[in-house]
Amino acid sequence: MVSTPVNTEGAAASRPTGPVWDRLSMKTKRLIWVWSFLALPIVFYSVIRFYPTLQAFWLSLTDWDLMRPPVFIGLGNYERLFSDPQFWKVFRNTFTYLLIGTPISLLLAFTIAYYLDRVRFMHAFIRALYFLPFLTTAAAMAWVWRWFYQPAPIGVINDVLGLFGLPQQPFIRSVNQALPSIMVTSIWAGLGFQIIIFMAGLRAIPGTYYEAARIDGLGEWAILRRITLPLLKPTTVFLVVFSSIGFLRIFDQVYNMTTNDPGGPLGSTKPLVLMIFQTAFSSYQMGYAAAQTVVLFSILLVVSLLQLRVLRDK
Amino acid sequence: MTTALPKPAGLYRANIRPAQILVWTLLLIGGLIMITPLLFMFSTSLKTAGQVYDLRVIPAAPTLENYAKVLLDGRFMRWFLNSSLVAVTVTLSNVFFDSLVGYTLAKFEFRGRYLIFLAILSTLMIPTEMLVIPWYLMSSQLGWLDSYWGIMFPGMMTAFGTFLMKQFFDTIPNDFLEAARIDGLNEFQIWWKVAMPLVTPALSALAIFTFLGNWTAFFWPLIVTTSKELYTLPVGLSSFAVEQSIQWELIMTGAAIATLPTLIVFLVLQRYIVRGVMLAGLKG
Repeated sequence: MVSTPVNTEGAAASRPTGPVWDRLSMKTKRLIWVWSFLALPIVFYSVIRFYPTLQAFWLSLTDWDLMRPPVFIGLGNYERLFSDPQFWKVFRNTFTYLLIGTPISLLLAFTIAYYLDRVRFMHAFIRALYFLPFLTTAAAMAWVWRWFYQPAPIGVINDVLGLFGLPQQPFIRSVNQALPSIMVTSIWAGLGFQIIIFMAGLRAIPGTYYEAARIDGLGEWAILRRITLPLLKPTTVFLVVFSSIGFLRIFDQVYNMTTNDPGGPLGSTKPLVLMIFQTAFSSYQMGYAAAQTVVLFSILLVVSLLQLRVLRDK
Repeated sequence: MTTALPKPAGLYRANIRPAQILVWTLLLIGGLIMITPLLFMFSTSLKTAGQVYDLRVIPAAPTLENYAKVLLDGRFMRWFLNSSLVAVTVTLSNVFFDSLVGYTLAKFEFRGRYLIFLAILSTLMIPTEMLVIPWYLMSSQLGWLDSYWGIMFPGMMTAFGTFLMKQFFDTIPNDFLEAARIDGLNEFQIWWKVAMPLVTPALSALAIFTFLGNWTAFFWPLIVTTSKELYTLPVGLSSFAVEQSIQWELIMTGAAIATLPTLIVFLVLQRYIVRGVMLAGLKG
């Protein structure tokens, strides 16, 4: 990045009057302003974003436990990771969150937004009901849901099941049900945002399109398929990518709902970010953890690019 | 807030009434299901330990005992202050720097402009998780671990905010800025006094997002803080809940304390917040 002009010109710009300043041309003065505006941000992005990114790549090629200096081991961490069955389990969990969570939450969000958009009576109130969960703290709400999932008589859901004479469910205590239970919490937390964005997208479609379609005698279903959905595509693409990234990076809910055995039971809910967290900050295998973060980065990149391609082309 | 989002055309008014009533009722039921966790959280926070298993949403004998217990303990007060300090500082920093950079990239012609814009934008692709290990290392070398600055520094500027602000500054006419230049304002004053007031909707959207993101942030604060005095509310709550293990009324009280501020702010500023989220979502 450009760093030399920043220091000298930044100093000059701090006193924008005086004989030297007055003799400068308009254009030079503007340039001095520009680089003094950008000086601190350039330092910030270089030191807090770019340098750490490169460092993460470098650390992923080292063996490092924080105590001794990092030792270069080439692709050793990646070989170890890809032959670790634990990693593939985590990999599968992470993609389960993504592949089930994203379609369900987007379908729900679109259906709700589509109908909510037409509701006039108490519109703001109902919209608020859906939107409120978005404003909550994931770590806090994870505990509320954890409480809901407890066995009777503590857990509310099992209490209600009991009232209707339905069988009790183990939820987050079961290897099979824990991941879906956490996914429900996560879908719940993100739904409000998606609904609001879908509604914004729906409102951005000019009313004249609908009028024209009506005059042409299109039914409601045809209008939805031929006008609303195609025109809503930018919004949908944005939400698919946004929500996928969210599910691939899931952490807060899993960590807080399984504190007694993070990612448990038996690793059945553990996502990649939790594995990274434990490798780095419980076992202090920094190089190995860095390799995992690089894998996460690659997954995010590939998934986003694939989605952008597929959804844009259609 | 000047721009009003267009209302949908009144096309559906002719629809059949019963269908509308059905849709409305279903939407209401769905909405009530959405806030059920919040209702139970608040209701349980008002119950004594003996009433926790009572499923009634409105407690038989509501009491603020739990709040007194949790708050008098002192730690929650501290975590609340920590979270407020961190979220407010980071928000102010983003409002200032993101808009300054966004403005510079939108309104000045200079060599390297496109490069800088692309460089900043490219950081959107880098997940926080990839940076935490280098940040942790940097913090331990510079003595930032377990400090407010340590919690705050990674978020002081964001590519998202810069991009959002640039999008909005792009739309303001250059004539305004030229007029101010002729009036003898310097470039900083033009930005601060002329351009900034023209983008207040975007600024409030940015402020809302930044505040919310930092108020609820968990991953990095969990890593960078080790002493309980420096925990933020989510991290503190998490450790508190582990410690209470089965005292759900106290855990729910803690969760309510973490959640209440953002909910109250929302109820007061609902219109602005919804519009802000829409703006950011559409432009971002």
